[in-house]
Amino acid sequence: MSIPHGLLALLRHGPMYGYQLRAEFEHATGSTWPLNIGQVYSTLTRLERDGLIEPQATDDEGRQRYALTAAGVSTLGEWFAKPVTHADRPRDELAIKLALASTTPGLDVQAIVQTQRVATMRRLQDLTRLKQEPGDDAGLAWSLVLDHLRFSAEAELRWLDHCEGALLKAAASGRTRPPVVEDDAALESTEERAR
Amino acid sequence: MNALDLLHVDRIHGHGNAAVHALRGLTIHVAAGELVAVMGPSGSGKSTLLNLAGGLDRATAGSVKVDGVELGDLSPKELARLRRHKVGYVFQDLNLIPSLTAAENVSLPLELDGVRRRPARASAEAALAEVGLAELADRLPADMSGGQQQRVAIARAVVGERSLILADEPTGALDSETGEQVMRLLRDRCAAGVATLLVTHDAAHAAWADRIVFLRDGAAVDDTGARPAAESLLTGA
Repeated sequence: MSIPHGLLALLRHGPMYGYQLRAEFEHATGSTWPLNIGQVYSTLTRLERDGLIEPQATDDEGRQRYALTAAGVSTLGEWFAKPVTHADRPRDELAIKLALASTTPGLDVQAIVQTQRVATMRRLQDLTRLKQEPGDDAGLAWSLVLDHLRFSAEAELRWLDHCEGALLKAAASGRTRPPVVEDDAALESTEERAR
Repeated sequence: MNALDLLHVDRIHGHGNAAVHALRGLTIHVAAGELVAVMGPSGSGKSTLLNLAGGLDRATAGSVKVDGVELGDLSPKELARLRRHKVGYVFQDLNLIPSLTAAENVSLPLELDGVRRRPARASAEAALAEVGLAELADRLPADMSGGQQQRVAIARAVVGERSLILADEPTGALDSETGEQVMRLLRDRCAAGVATLLVTHDAAHAAWADRIVFLRDGAAVDDTGARPAAESLLTGA
């Protein structure tokens, strides 16, 4: 999540001060990624240092407002123009967990898949319920964020079905990776099974 | 009282070595006003479950009750009557009769049940209005969109005093937005007190349910339970 770019995008509407930026950011994203005000101020300081924003005259209540510079406008344009690459995203813990589970001896991987399926399905239920709620004042921006979260949950469920199918197929054909054997007792039992 | 109770239900097709256990000790309750979705791979027993719940098939063992009435105790004639009175069906292929208008399709089950033409028509118009199709009552199915036809099928399923809707992939043939409208309609029907048992492989549509039951090899392996509080959502995101 790029907070600096998010703030630059909000300043495209006109000069704003810190609390206003935080409120606008949360409004647009349905509070999905809450910001604390400290993050907002430290980001503003960095953006100013980099010449992307500049302070304006304080308003009547003495609040410091910031506006985009020409460099800020062009940085923002570049951000919107560039696709988000896979490397920008954090590693997916679930994919790693299941990949490792499938090669770890003594685990009921199907049970792990099912536990995750129920959790993800509950999340999809909640997101669907949020979408059903009428009178949503955050409008289009929040609705798009919500759809993103729903589609991600759906994709995860599809992938879990796929994992389960692949695991069952592998089990049926005996194509699971042999466990890495560390101690003699386990080694012996493996040898017994081989005989 | 629940609209539907399945208690330790077995359904075995065939005998001896050729016996196939379509359902094994399945217990499911659907309360009035509740929308329950059933998910599972093909062959997990979803269709058998719907057929038993609708009295189209009989359990080998266990109890199936609709509105508290034990289906196993009914004669074929009584069973047919209960099916027409209490249970509405929505299928993927809509089964609308092409030569009848929307209103005629919806009033047909009532007329078959001996309701006179005029009150049947009035009930049909009310049901069509509930699904937002009041102005299309006299259209033929061929002159309606897929989504409108599915709404007619839902109106037909809920017309009269039905307490239970059985829906088998009701959104299967529809695009995602129309599918969503159909789910919204089923939800509205539940809010009006009807119980719905929905079978689907589509997680996005199952997510509209209050509860989701996962079926594997004829048995319920898990369910999502009661809804957690909505507030837990955003803090976890």
